[in-house]
Amino acid sequence: MSKPRLAVGSLLLATGLAASPLQADTLRLAIMGEPASLDPHKISGTWENDVVGDLFEGLVTEAADGDRIPGVAESWEVSEDGTVYTFSLRDDAEWSDGTPVTADDFVFAFRRILDPATAASYAYLLYPVKNAEAVYAGEADSDTLGIEALDERTLRITLERSTPYFLDQLAHYTAYPVPKHVVEQYGDDWSRPEHMVSNGAFMLEDWQSQTRIEAVRNPHFHDAEDVALDEVVYFPIEERNTALNRFRAGEIDIAREFPTQQYDWLQDNLPEAVQVAPYLGIYYYAFNTRDGHATSDPRVREALSLAVRREVITGRILGTGEEPAYHFVPPDVAHYDGAELDFADLDQQARLERARQLMQEAGYGPDNPLELQLRYNTSEDHRKVAIAVAAMWKPLGVEVELYNSEVAVHYADIRQGDFDVARAGWIGDYNDAQNFLSLLEGGVANNYGAYANPAFDELMDRAAGTQDLDARAELMAEAERLALDDHAVLPIYDYVSRNLVSPTLTGWEPNIEDIHRSRWIGFDD
Amino acid sequence: MPGYILKRLLQAIPTLWIVITLSFFLMHLAPGGPFDGERQLPPEIEANLLATYHLDEPVWKQYLIYMGNLLQGDLGPSFKYKDFSVTELVAQGFPVSLELGLWAIGLALLIGLPLGVIAALKRNSTVDYLVMGAALAGVAIPNFVIAPLLALVFGVFLAWLPVGGWNDGQWQNLVLPVVALSIQQIAYIARMMRASMIEVLGSHFIRTARAKGLTEAEVIWRHALRPAMLPVVSYLGPAVAGIITGSVVIEQIFGIPGIGRYFVQAALNRDYTLVMGTVVFYGALIVLLNLLVDLTYSALDPQIRHDD
Repeated sequence: MSKPRLAVGSLLLATGLAASPLQADTLRLAIMGEPASLDPHKISGTWENDVVGDLFEGLVTEAADGDRIPGVAESWEVSEDGTVYTFSLRDDAEWSDGTPVTADDFVFAFRRILDPATAASYAYLLYPVKNAEAVYAGEADSDTLGIEALDERTLRITLERSTPYFLDQLAHYTAYPVPKHVVEQYGDDWSRPEHMVSNGAFMLEDWQSQTRIEAVRNPHFHDAEDVALDEVVYFPIEERNTALNRFRAGEIDIAREFPTQQYDWLQDNLPEAVQVAPYLGIYYYAFNTRDGHATSDPRVREALSLAVRREVITGRILGTGEEPAYHFVPPDVAHYDGAELDFADLDQQARLERARQLMQEAGYGPDNPLELQLRYNTSEDHRKVAIAVAAMWKPLGVEVELYNSEVAVHYADIRQGDFDVARAGWIGDYNDAQNFLSLLEGGVANNYGAYANPAFDELMDRAAGTQDLDARAELMAEAERLALDDHAVLPIYDYVSRNLVSPTLTGWEPNIEDIHRSRWIGFDD
Repeated sequence: MPGYILKRLLQAIPTLWIVITLSFFLMHLAPGGPFDGERQLPPEIEANLLATYHLDEPVWKQYLIYMGNLLQGDLGPSFKYKDFSVTELVAQGFPVSLELGLWAIGLALLIGLPLGVIAALKRNSTVDYLVMGAALAGVAIPNFVIAPLLALVFGVFLAWLPVGGWNDGQWQNLVLPVVALSIQQIAYIARMMRASMIEVLGSHFIRTARAKGLTEAEVIWRHALRPAMLPVVSYLGPAVAGIITGSVVIEQIFGIPGIGRYFVQAALNRDYTLVMGTVVFYGALIVLLNLLVDLTYSALDPQIRHDD
């Protein structure tokens, strides 16, 4: 409690009282950008999740360590075939204006996000719900959607088919309730500070665009007495160096990202504040497997993958805690034990020999060098990795043309198949292997390289129809094995989350989704 | 004079129209769209988003829709900042950039003009070399170097001033960004003022003034200063427009909620309406400031008169 708090000065002026404001525990949190909106149906960024997830609570919610715990729902039953979920809502669930949170608010919210008029870009996360896709496409009426209020406190959700990760997904903001009575009154303006009503641990007080968002403890929250903070102030800071400087100056308590170049310095100077943890994401290069590209030959893909020294990239080029990746699904994903590239155990010499041999078999050699275009989106780190990879391919006689473009152009082009090898990355939408592996299914939009293997698709299909979690995991691991043997992509490293957390705080627990609700945070007195 | 102003304002309309039209089509020529990103949206979702913002129409039709809305004063919704319209974003950000910019320009004039005059009067002396050397450094060192240095020294090490944030424009939050923003301007203005002053001091009417037996101070104050400021004034038009519409670098580094960042970010995000909104605003501002410059000219230089 010795730290100066930003809000104190203005409160003192406003009230003329010294005693109570000084007791106020205010968390000052640097988020990575200005939220596009605070309407849970109109957002898609992690920095928006930081704020909106404090303001709202779904049927289930995240504990400090990211595990799912009951939220608005106090208990639930799942039908034998895994397609019908019946939730009992807690009696004391209330909106911040004191109105009860009812099953109807959830029905209203699900219908709203799936209404094309809402133009929610993330609506597809709810596609497991029965008829959701048809409703979004306008082919079915919104009351055919698989969600109904049996009574005020009982909610039934019906799925298209058994979806083992569905319960986890209910903690996501796409599945938050919205206050029907307020949305109906104010329309799209309901999420403005003067109108917004929410059901989470905090409620919105003020939002000064590009400056600060203030939320105070919601007295109507069912667990309000266990919330330690009185107030949370979110500062949108895009520039990571600025976030670091403000953290060092004591102007913020948590920075949700720090500049990677400062990692060494931070480890030496602020070791107790640096929080680096495995993150639900994979950094990889997509191979274009379409006809007419050298990378349509699996031997070429394998050779290129063999030659990339992942330990050098993570250890020497980046040096910010990332782990080399020999898999496509990150290692800590729930209910999953995945496959590895078969050469992971070989030493560099053996890898290179095999790679040379493969290139020769594929018809490339000193007189017929392979010419490749390696595309990446503009970023200092992507550039460094691309240059290193190009150098690592040199011993194979590969001549690389590096080509960079800004992010919108990069992804628009590689989706058109306009590349040989392209930098890509994926952050999981939810903690399940399926979310990663589905990127390699035939005909999927984010399958940039158009990898197509019917056996892979069949395994994924069978996994989707399997309810037993272990059996399902095995099928998916088998699919991953296939994709790795085919060298569908070139995995490079596993992402990490990087936070700066003041040592005066309690309740911060690293987790793979990097979700930290302010509800669990407090000051160490 | 009022007729002249009216004429100039009417002339601005075709200018702005050309600027808007060119920008609109150039922007749509750039590859990639507002909904292209790391994750491809399912086709029906993308189609729905495009339809919501009329992006599924042919470009000429989008242009007509845009111009129609613009004539009614509607700059449209931002694709990225969904809770705000472009008008609101500009209305929220501009006062901040304006305040910051006016302080910076004020500081630049306050320091730059006297420095230039002193350097000109003491031409080829140590003082002159010192001032011009410092000015050269000021021009040469980009503000993305100066700004983090200032933040580090005065914010982190000495902890005299906040590292960033706006805080409703408290003076503590203003100091570092204003200084960072004005250093280059001080340098430019000092160099320009020196060159122009030297030229004026060599002209006939100054010789006449000296021949009349006026003191050196009178010569400078009454005769040399005003004409010498003319180049600075014409530089100020575009410079003020540039500064009060915000600096993306300064706003990013100090976390200031101005509109400077939108110029770059909106373009990168392909936030079409926000790009156009900033173009319209910036264009109108430049036209207006150029008019002000011309009016100032006639006040400073008796040879220039704007008759109706």
